[in-house]
Amino acid sequence: MSGSTLGLYRPGTTVLHRLPAGVKLGGLLAAGVGSIWTRDPLTTSALLAVGVTGLAVARVPAGVVLRQLRPLLVLAAVLAIFHVVVSGPERAYVVVGVLLALVLLATVVTLTTRTTALVDVVVRVAGPLRHVGLDVERLGLLLALGVRSVPVVIGLAEEVRDAQRARGLAASPTAFAVPLVVRSLRHADRVGEALAARGLDD
Amino acid sequence: MLIEVDDVTHVYDDGGRGRTVLEDLTLRADEHRIGVVGANGSGKSTFARLLNGLVLPTAGAVRVDGLDTADDGRAVRRRVGFCFTDPDAQIVMPTVREDVAFGLRRRGLTRDEVDERVDAMLEEHGLSAHADHPAHLLSGGQKQLLALASVLVTGPDLLVMDEPTTLLDLRNAARVAETVARLPLQVVLVTHHLDLLAGFDRVLVFDEGRLVHDGAPDAAVGHYRALMAALP
Ligand SMILES: Nc1ncnc2c1ncn2[C@@H]1O[C@H](COP(=O)(O)OP(=O)(O)O)[C@@H](O)[C@H]1O
Ligand SMILES: [Mg+2]
Repeated sequence: MSGSTLGLYRPGTTVLHRLPAGVKLGGLLAAGVGSIWTRDPLTTSALLAVGVTGLAVARVPAGVVLRQLRPLLVLAAVLAIFHVVVSGPERAYVVVGVLLALVLLATVVTLTTRTTALVDVVVRVAGPLRHVGLDVERLGLLLALGVRSVPVVIGLAEEVRDAQRARGLAASPTAFAVPLVVRSLRHADRVGEALAARGLDD
Repeated sequence: MLIEVDDVTHVYDDGGRGRTVLEDLTLRADEHRIGVVGANGSGKSTFARLLNGLVLPTAGAVRVDGLDTADDGRAVRRRVGFCFTDPDAQIVMPTVREDVAFGLRRRGLTRDEVDERVDAMLEEHGLSAHADHPAHLLSGGQKQLLALASVLVTGPDLLVMDEPTTLLDLRNAARVAETVARLPLQVVLVTHHLDLLAGFDRVLVFDEGRLVHDGAPDAAVGHYRALMAALP
């Protein structure tokens, strides 16, 4: 099996895999906040270098990285052209470079960290909100369920599309959205039932 | 464990107009292998859900091991594991290992104890090689085995399965059936795969919300086939 195409965890034993999830998320957050003030090409190059080094250290195959980046390439190209025209090549490099670097860093974190470990960090950070009535554990479960449901809903969407093609229906957004929503709701209903059976509230 | 169903009638709300799906059902069962067959809409799933308190009877009472499902839902669900038809809807965590571990949270186990039990369960169901894979990469049969492992890891005394093989191809259905056959615990199996019922201790036949036959597999399956053949 080749692992995930959805930016999910890839098992491994590298330093980055063993680094606590909180440290990785904290680092990512710091890079994100720091990038707001990044204006010069040198810092941009440094950020990019950190991202690339991270991927290398985590031994993420190039193919996986490219698959992660593919959806972004069009956006990056448009941004690059826009900035080259409007504010010059240096600014274009900084804007696109920072964006790519952040995506690379996020990729490193998600590929080296189990979802439950990430969720645990969020739950821990949100812990104090317990006092204002937030059900923190429920929040964590919701996040994990969200991650789990992405591939399921993609699967449902493919089913709907195939069913419509099979019946020769023209592609229309509502003809696609309505059955997809219906199926997703039915799925959510079943998940709720399964959670109850597995003792969510017990 | 003894399953007691006393004079149970179940009516779904169905938008104001009540729809009676089970009527005056009474039975006692403590057999090791109990099968349930019947046409679509005959009330099998409702019956199955009554056994772990997912559905509470409109009238009458259901007791498992002496516990009333209406009063002791939690305790009942700890004893009664439930396996649904659609494996995708039962797997709630992103990876295989995480999903099996989900049932063990809040049980006061240490991380090592959880890992140990999860590993043993994955090994038993041939999923060890996939422990850290995202659940969506598994085949349908593997997903159903994962769903089963995730329920069994909590150590229920009774396993209720509602058409666990209906969405699977023949090979995967056979794998799940083999696994179920080897289980040491008591099983209630709702199925349309009648060959799975060979060797069962008792088979219930439902028709339009009523228990119309109750007996050994051969006779029950014969009754069910005749019933289906007689339909308009
Ligand atoms: N939640 C519900 N609300 C209303 N009607 C329901 C509900 N669940 C099932 N039914 C109806 O109850 C009848 C019996 O359903 P079910 O127990 O699922 O039968 P089976 O599993 O044998 O197909 C069907 O007519 C079905 O449409
Ligand atoms: Mg059913």
